[in-house]
Amino acid sequence: MKRKSLFLIFGLAVLGLVLALFTQPSPSAAAETKTVVIAFTASQTGKLNVEGMRQINGLNLWVEQVNAAGGVKLPDGAAVKVAAKFYDDESKKERVQELYTKLISADKADFLISPYSSGLADAAAVIAQQYNKIMITAGAASDSTYKKGYTLIYQSYTPASRYLTGAIDLLAKLDPKAKKVAIVYEKDKFSTDVVNALKAYAEGKGYQVVLFEGYEPGATDFAPFINKIPAGVDAVMGGGHFVDTTTFAKQLYEKKVQTKMIALLVAPPEPKFAELGEACISVIGSSQWEPLANYTPELAKAAGLEWYGLSVADFTSAYKKKFNEEPSYHSAGGYVAGLILQKAMEKAGSADTAKVKAAIDAMDLMTFYGRLKFDTSPKAHGLQVGHDMVYIQWQKDAQGKPVKQVVWPEAGKTASAFVCPVR
Amino acid sequence: MQAWRQAGFWLPLMIVFLWGLAVLLIRQDTARETAFTLLMCVGLASSLNILLGYTGYVSFGHIVFFGLGGYTGFYFLSQHNWSLLASSLAGGVLSAGLAGLVGLAVLRLRGAYFALATIGINEAARAFVSNFEPFGGATGLFVNFSAYEQYGGAGPALWTAFTFLWVSTLAVLATSFLVKHSRFGLGLMAIREDEDAAMVMGVKAPQAKTIAYVISAFFPGIIGTLYFFKNGNVEPGDAFQLHMSIESLVMVMLGGQGTVLGPMVGAITYQGLRGYLLTSPIFKSLHLAVAGLILLLIVLFVPAGAVGWVRGRFPRWRRVLE
Amino acid sequence: MLAQLLPSLTDGLLLGFVYGVAAMGLSLIWGVMTVINLSHGPVIALGMFATYLLFTHLGVNPYLALVAVAAFGMLLGFLIYGVAVHRVLNAPHLSTLLATFAVNMIIIGVGTAVFTTSPHNIDFPLGSWEIGPLTLPATRLVATLGAVVITGALYLFLYFTRPGKAIRAVANNRQAAELMGIPSARILALSFGLGTMLAAVSGGLIATFFPFTILSGGPYELKSFVICVLGGLGNPLGALLGGLLLGGLEGLIPTFMPVSWVPVVEFGLFVLVLLVRPSGLLGAK
Repeated sequence: MKRKSLFLIFGLAVLGLVLALFTQPSPSAAAETKTVVIAFTASQTGKLNVEGMRQINGLNLWVEQVNAAGGVKLPDGAAVKVAAKFYDDESKKERVQELYTKLISADKADFLISPYSSGLADAAAVIAQQYNKIMITAGAASDSTYKKGYTLIYQSYTPASRYLTGAIDLLAKLDPKAKKVAIVYEKDKFSTDVVNALKAYAEGKGYQVVLFEGYEPGATDFAPFINKIPAGVDAVMGGGHFVDTTTFAKQLYEKKVQTKMIALLVAPPEPKFAELGEACISVIGSSQWEPLANYTPELAKAAGLEWYGLSVADFTSAYKKKFNEEPSYHSAGGYVAGLILQKAMEKAGSADTAKVKAAIDAMDLMTFYGRLKFDTSPKAHGLQVGHDMVYIQWQKDAQGKPVKQVVWPEAGKTASAFVCPVR
Repeated sequence: MQAWRQAGFWLPLMIVFLWGLAVLLIRQDTARETAFTLLMCVGLASSLNILLGYTGYVSFGHIVFFGLGGYTGFYFLSQHNWSLLASSLAGGVLSAGLAGLVGLAVLRLRGAYFALATIGINEAARAFVSNFEPFGGATGLFVNFSAYEQYGGAGPALWTAFTFLWVSTLAVLATSFLVKHSRFGLGLMAIREDEDAAMVMGVKAPQAKTIAYVISAFFPGIIGTLYFFKNGNVEPGDAFQLHMSIESLVMVMLGGQGTVLGPMVGAITYQGLRGYLLTSPIFKSLHLAVAGLILLLIVLFVPAGAVGWVRGRFPRWRRVLE
Repeated sequence: MLAQLLPSLTDGLLLGFVYGVAAMGLSLIWGVMTVINLSHGPVIALGMFATYLLFTHLGVNPYLALVAVAAFGMLLGFLIYGVAVHRVLNAPHLSTLLATFAVNMIIIGVGTAVFTTSPHNIDFPLGSWEIGPLTLPATRLVATLGAVVITGALYLFLYFTRPGKAIRAVANNRQAAELMGIPSARILALSFGLGTMLAAVSGGLIATFFPFTILSGGPYELKSFVICVLGGLGNPLGALLGGLLLGGLEGLIPTFMPVSWVPVVEFGLFVLVLLVRPSGLLGAK
């Protein structure tokens, strides 16, 4: 009796399992609803949360605007709605790969957007390529990611190798007699790529790099580095991401380092940098985009490029309205990552990976964010070759409050750069 | 007593064998990813158990062998185009060799001093690797995507890595059993109970401990190489995570130290729980707290772990649950 | 070179005082009950957050807040001791290591849920003082002063009060102390409380000049291990010397090596000292 019931239970269990296997919905049924899933992880918490949140805000604004307009319009008249799916990656690389695998296999992502920062995006890129998904990277400037033989990863930022070189040109104009440059940088993928290119460029222009040292990601004490900066240095350059660079700027001020120019990565263009007060004045930063940018359809026409998407003013006001904060280039980067996919889907007429890939490969256009064009050579596929940087400096307005001004390139500047005052 | 006649030898092996086979047969990416993480934990916990469970030496920095071995294997794989098999073995051999060198000196320390020294070694290794240019310094190494071509593309390469891991895990479990039931293993356990008494009875403690250390370092080196191959890159921060080290300790404790089956049970339970907690919105951040609470309860109330407890309660099961 | 050595060494030594306070707690606990308190780092982080919360939400001067943080640290220590340590005090080392590590995980887990792992900052600048060729942020000078005061107070407590003497007696020989009528359980709890109090206070001091997250205690815990071994495990006042030694090294090494080699030297030295002289460089043989 006992054995019989055991068999019965076992048989039922097997039957249940078989039924469960057969009744699983087939994937093709889900595709007919005409919604593409755009998936990503977001640094909502952790050491990259300031930049990460802005990027997500920008991206979410794009999702909202596309769906409000009825979705992405395909040439055959059909419209595709966009659904965003994301998890918090806590700014940690180990979580990124786990979560992207889950986004692709469990959440059925059609397209991927990268997490913020080169380190995290690099980890996600492997997964995207392994599973044959297109990934637009935002906030991932490091060149090295695009030199690993990937074919589906596209960069929306100006690459790291062109990130800070303009600061050398600016220095030459600010003080033609300047000779000595000190470079202190975060030892991660992005900043290392930036400063290696910066060092080569500076030395090529006849500058002397008197200090070239890296600090661990997450460093809080910069005194050992600041003490190593020799007296009479003409410029201090480098930094890394928002938190460490802000601390570096603060400690440079506390230690009263005398120099003509301070040019740092990532942090200065963020509006939150102004919270440093006096310590932020005269600090220069390179930016992918500024609300003061002058990209217009007329400019596109003059350059013989197609104009796509909304205007700078529309983006800035829509962003301010929704999030009640000034957009930074991280916000614009998040938005433009979505915009690239939208344009490519419209052109490809579908959400098929191969067709969308062909459309992005052929892309060359001007948007509110500037020009977008991707390298298609096998050696550096996906590298951004169209977009350019601008340089900002924190200056004082009439009331003595910190205000951000575009100081370089010459053509787009809103104010002239000045030499660091005596501290 | 021959190993293959005993149920205790076959039970853990059969579980892992059938599980891996099932994953290979259904060929589903999600199932493979889950199994990869779990098998990796089983392998790491079981190899730690060879030192911790049998000799009683608490290595807090055992992950250094995963990191350094993985780095070495990945270096040969990505920079010198070695095959996955050759480079993972190279990773294992380097880890084992390092353990042999360090072991003789460090294993003289007892109790908490040994634990502290292993933490120090791990931190020193991490700091060293992030300054070591051949290993890519702080930004680490990566494998060019075209390297996956020789395995038939990225997808098949992931399956290859999984198969390798599956075989390695089986090897760890078999080794763990064989060590436990050998004369050598009895010597280790004598050291665990009372090292001085064991030496008086003729156990050559320094050699025995070092050999156990070497064995327990070999497998993490292999597993590290496979893991970084799957990820496509390696950085100092990922390779030497102290908390991974301690999580392996938790797994061993949870399942039962000094048993063959215990670390496996502990690893699957802990990692399964963690996987669930990580993606549940409420417990996303609390998973560490929950794991800590479980660890505390075990340490305070069930120091023998799950398998140890069952063995104590039901002596008749001891032959099956080794 | 020399122009760099002076400011670098000064900065290192100033920081060394604060490291010393952090390590003192760890050393005290080891000395009294041979337990390595692996929840040390998270307690330091909690000290940082306690100071932060008092300053940002209640507007308390961060140095004044340290008094409250100290009381909080003491109570937390009693709690940890009662829940996690007391029961396994006489079990093998692994048990106390794992029990205190479990506490570590619980604090970090709950802390992550409450504060996330995003960086926080106490914005309380006191300006900088210029002394000859040195420019020293005042927050660090005040923290050094605080560290000296705390060490002095600990010394007075251990050597000139009854509970302090009892702690030293228990550290020397628990059985004998019990035979002399010293309530050892209460003394053990008190020393654990003192140890965590020192950790929390050092966290509060550090928070006044560095940004921090709930994970920030980790590096200081590791440094504390190094310091304890340099200064002699179980010798709380030696920890201050160990801290100064470590701070001095951190100031000295960068003058002739890249800064990133500092941890290699630190932890290499740590392992070496453990192997050669486990009782510590400055500890009694």
